[in-house]
Amino acid sequence: MANDTILSVNDLRISFRTVNGIVQAVRGVSFDLHRGETVAIVGESGSGKSVTMKALMGILPPNAFIEEGSILYNGMDLARADEKTMHQIRGKRIGLIFQDPLSALNPIMRVGRQITEVLRKRGLNKAEARARALELIKAVGIPNPERSFSAYPFQFSGGMRQRIVIAIALAGDPEILICDEPTTALDVTVQAKILDLINQIREERGLSVIFITHDLGVVANMADRVNVMYAGKIVEAGTSEEIFLRPVHPYTWALLESMPDLQTRGRLQAIPGAPPNMLAPPQGDAFAPRSRYALKIDYEKEPPTFKLSPTHTAATWLLHPMAPKMEMPASLKERIARMRKEAEKYV
Amino acid sequence: MSDVLLHVEHLSHSFVNGHGSRKQVIKAVDDVSFDVHAAETFGLVGESGCGKTTTGRTIIRLYEPSAGKVTFDGREISGPMTRDLRKYLSNNLAMIFQDPIESLNPRMTIEEIVGEGLKLRGVTNKSERHVQVVEMLHRVGLTEEHASRYPHEFSGGQRQRIGIARAMIVHPRMIIADEPVSALDVSIQAQVINLLNDLKQEMGLTILFIAHNLSVVKYFSDRIGVMYYGKLVEVANSDDLYLHPMHPYTRALLSAIPEPNPLTERHRVRIDYDPERDHDYSKEKPEMRDLGNGHSLYCSETEYEKALKELD
Ligand SMILES: Nc1ncnc2c1ncn2[C@@H]1O[C@H](COP(=O)(O)OP(=O)(O)OP(=O)(O)O)[C@@H](O)[C@H]1O
Ligand SMILES: Nc1ncnc2c1ncn2[C@@H]1O[C@H](COP(=O)(O)OP(=O)(O)OP(=O)(O)O)[C@@H](O)[C@H]1O
Ligand SMILES: [Mg+2]
Ligand SMILES: [Mg+2]
Repeated sequence: MANDTILSVNDLRISFRTVNGIVQAVRGVSFDLHRGETVAIVGESGSGKSVTMKALMGILPPNAFIEEGSILYNGMDLARADEKTMHQIRGKRIGLIFQDPLSALNPIMRVGRQITEVLRKRGLNKAEARARALELIKAVGIPNPERSFSAYPFQFSGGMRQRIVIAIALAGDPEILICDEPTTALDVTVQAKILDLINQIREERGLSVIFITHDLGVVANMADRVNVMYAGKIVEAGTSEEIFLRPVHPYTWALLESMPDLQTRGRLQAIPGAPPNMLAPPQGDAFAPRSRYALKIDYEKEPPTFKLSPTHTAATWLLHPMAPKMEMPASLKERIARMRKEAEKYV
Repeated sequence: MSDVLLHVEHLSHSFVNGHGSRKQVIKAVDDVSFDVHAAETFGLVGESGCGKTTTGRTIIRLYEPSAGKVTFDGREISGPMTRDLRKYLSNNLAMIFQDPIESLNPRMTIEEIVGEGLKLRGVTNKSERHVQVVEMLHRVGLTEEHASRYPHEFSGGQRQRIGIARAMIVHPRMIIADEPVSALDVSIQAQVINLLNDLKQEMGLTILFIAHNLSVVKYFSDRIGVMYYGKLVEVANSDDLYLHPMHPYTRALLSAIPEPNPLTERHRVRIDYDPERDHDYSKEKPEMRDLGNGHSLYCSETEYEKALKELD
């Protein structure tokens, strides 16, 4: 497996200087990315997903600093790379598709030109670049490639703009593709096409994908492995099946419970309270104040990471041999039973 | 269920791009008709760019209708804009926008943002406004202390609550919510949906809910309308739509919903929709037809008979 590791993030810590003090956005994140796999990162808004990705791309804002840790890629540590190196990597080796398509597009440049620019940088001549750009526009499902080629971003709906951004990212022919909520603004049929497209390219070129999304359906569809983040840490990591069918961290439980599926009736299970203030992150388990399952020690001491299988880890005191036995919420248990039942249709 | 609050009849809106020979007309909303009953939630779903936002904005007169008629509680709201109509609209209909960041003026305090509607409504007394603003903030789960702060000091979910407070402060009878939870993470999404549900129950609010997450739409809506390229192609009760989708596009849409279950997602078979292949409108023209039980379908005569048989 280790030979296949293309990117390795180790104990990454990132903070921001702000007028109110130091915001500890990422507090010791470690994970590996293997060639050709898709790793999803899920977690609450503000938990540090985007900041981690910005560090990989070397596009952290000026008030951010990497306190500790490394990002190993191709024998380089991107956490310490200079701008010249990052310039070679960004968009070419590591591509990024953002949440907000508008900020990624140049409003006053024709769409076709924004794609051919990337292709020209890769050495294609003008005619080749144009032909390839038209192919990409078609591949991401934009109708009327010729007409769209010479249109401006504002002439497209939100969903169409996101497809343009994806076409630009693919034009760079990257080895790693980071998708930060790429389909949040899209409807499901378009989303399905874009997910298929990403999967297809992943298979064809051995692309590795890091996929950030709030949509757990998309995670179930795309991810080989899932990292669950809360308050700047990965609190649980595992294969898709481990996370969806055998979750052990109370935050993962709460997350899975709060999303309606097609069978959901009655009130949704929202997570009570607010995420912690990262200017002064709480001691111990940061999720404890919002958790029905918090133990006394959760307020005092940070839980270690327990290993449940070669692929499944979780940081919660509930896994300590001396912890009282606690089970996941009944409604989640029912839901998982339903999931297994649904799956029987296919065996 | 019987009293229609919002009645939309043959509504159209076109955008014109470019000039002269490069001029193109985009029929963003094309001859759309539907009713929303008092106190119900009507969901509007469909492909990106199919005209959902434009429909909402044309109803509330952020865009001018190019054809058709809209009535609200029996009163026409699509006619020439007068001061009186403007006032009627702002008292009765409010909009919640998708992007809570973009839609809140960064230089205004929460008190000013939320209180603006009251000011327009003629509540000139500042302390009276303050009382009402604070009451509304409580209602959406914020506190008085938040009133003096600025939008950037809030999280996404809190900003969306501010947007809801701003819309609700004039006690509108209907809200047009354009993807109000799309930008939020799941747990905050659950909070906002619970909040909208509470407001709906407490205040008898009617909601036009525009969204693309079909699990959420199904959970939240009483009836659902499906749009495709500016046309409304199917309307049904939300359970009916999921159990008996009749339009091939609706079927494609439903087959594409990813569900949070890795065991089944691996076997997901998506249905493709191709209007050229799926319809023959060369002889028979399609129109909206009633299948009974509140279910209507945009179809030709032949398709209509087939659908009736299938539903039997
Ligand atoms: N420029 C900045 N200055 C100060 N703090 C920042 C800055 N950018 C991000 N943060 C803080 O870093 C933390 C992590 O933010 P990040 O954008 O990574 O969250 P996220 O997990 O991507 O959330 P979302 O799901 O909402 O996109 C948050 O507490 C945020 O407030
Ligand atoms: N200001 C505008 N100028 C020109 N065309 C526009 C404008 N706004 C929207 N359109 C076009 O009108 C059509 C409908 O757009 P609309 O924003 O209503 O779609 P939508 O269903 O809300 O899509 P999304 O799910 O992406 O938000 C699209 O083809 C879009 O490109
Ligand atoms: Mg983010
Ligand atoms: Mg829209």
